[in-house]
Amino acid sequence: MNNRHLNSQLAYDKLFRYIFIVSAVIVGVIIFSIILFVSKQGLQTFQDVSFWDFHTGTVWNPPGQYGALPFVFGSVAVTLLAIALGGPLGLAGAIFMAKVAPPWIREIMRPATDLFVGIPSVVYGWVGLTVFLPIISKYTGGPGFGLFLAGVILAIMILPTVISISEDALRSVPKTLEAGSYALGATRWQTIYRVLIPASLPGLVTAVILAMARAIGETMAVAMVIGNSPQLASSLFAPTATLTTEIILNMGQTPFGSPWNNALFYMAFMLLMVSLSMILLIRFVVNRRLANDR
Amino acid sequence: MENKFVVHDLNLYYKDVQALRNISMDIKKQQITALIGPSGCGKTTFLRVLNRMNDLIEGVRIDGKVLLDDQDIFGPDVDVVYLRKRVGMVFQRPNPFPMSVYDNVAYGPRIHGQRNKNKLDEIVEKSLRSAALWDEVSNRLFKSALGLSGGQQQRLCIARLLAVEPEVVLMDEPTSALDPLSTLKIEELLRDLKNHYTIVIVTHNMQQAARVSDSTAFFLNGDMVEFGPTETLFTRPTDQRTEDYITGRFG
Repeated sequence: MNNRHLNSQLAYDKLFRYIFIVSAVIVGVIIFSIILFVSKQGLQTFQDVSFWDFHTGTVWNPPGQYGALPFVFGSVAVTLLAIALGGPLGLAGAIFMAKVAPPWIREIMRPATDLFVGIPSVVYGWVGLTVFLPIISKYTGGPGFGLFLAGVILAIMILPTVISISEDALRSVPKTLEAGSYALGATRWQTIYRVLIPASLPGLVTAVILAMARAIGETMAVAMVIGNSPQLASSLFAPTATLTTEIILNMGQTPFGSPWNNALFYMAFMLLMVSLSMILLIRFVVNRRLANDR
Repeated sequence: MENKFVVHDLNLYYKDVQALRNISMDIKKQQITALIGPSGCGKTTFLRVLNRMNDLIEGVRIDGKVLLDDQDIFGPDVDVVYLRKRVGMVFQRPNPFPMSVYDNVAYGPRIHGQRNKNKLDEIVEKSLRSAALWDEVSNRLFKSALGLSGGQQQRLCIARLLAVEPEVVLMDEPTSALDPLSTLKIEELLRDLKNHYTIVIVTHNMQQAARVSDSTAFFLNGDMVEFGPTETLFTRPTDQRTEDYITGRFG
């Protein structure tokens, strides 16, 4: 190989190195500037409202009273509800697809799951309004809007995320582990429960984290079914609101820079922080469990 | 000596391909039987017949008879889960579960219903001692098995198997992924184990078969060419193909 050729190869390598670095920097800058902008605008809220009142107040009546607790509670509650309902169901679906279903059923289910992801959220909300709302309303005697319905709709929305990521995780467990379990006289269920699930735990956690991120950030479908009443939910079936729904309903009608508008920005910042801390919390818990195994 | 397995006219097809042809052999109790032959000759497939691991592979069809203590393992009333408890298997590559050393060994007893903590402790220690691993791991029982060396992992897999008290131990090239020292340890272990267990071992390594086994079967292209006492097979083979193989003319 002659020297000129080598030099051009090295230059080429260098060029790509810079392209990658620049891309990474751009991505970092974008994320950082979003956080910066949202927090800078949001933190101006506290020129007019006390920090303490904002976080612990339960009465939202702007301009005047800015108690944002009902929205934080609403966001966290619908997310946890969605995970509690959709997580186990999605995991069961993933186990079915990865380990129980005959190949031809998997061939149908796999693309169907992917298709599921592409359904716009307004469609989910619409289904919630026309199918689930009357049922809930019938059994509770109320209007039917509230945390429960939002949780159910979100649970359905996160199913494809949970299923496809968990399925990948389960299928990536080496076949030899499974064979090892069978060779000790384990049944299929024992093998799934005691070997496959523990071995794919990091992947399953990723599935839950992404599902949570989707659930907490979802706006349209939730706004359609939660009732949009800015008060602390008194029950699972009472109309309430979340951080996202309150932002979308008011951001158009509040002038930029006004305390009310700033408060919405601060709520967006809280949304970021809440989802970030949920993710960190889960990672922390799982890493500790994994560390104990070492 | 008593027969543990009696195999009669076994044929195995994988989809349209016949992988084993008219295999008949008796596997003696508390002996080591080695299966040798070149890659793809059917020796591993045959081993996996004995505890019905081939059931997990789609498209496998079997005819013929395999008797374990005079009972047909393909009979309608056979519980395959119970069969695998009696006939356990060690694999080519060590496959410890991603959990602690203790939990690996306790896995079998636990799935078979043993809940008593003291009893489990006892089984774990006894199994690890039988697998000549206790001294190396007794101070790290509750740490991940994945931190052990390859040779230790393979002995752990043997301990894990011994903990369910099988009658037969099937080994599929158990030392092919290990260094010579670890191999030596496993071979020593095999000689101890045969006092209590019937062992069938697939090996690529003819010296290993000669060193550890009592009987040896030579497989070639799905046929069992020759089967007899190890010493006879290696010193006075009756079939030309066996002689060609053991003298290294092919394979």
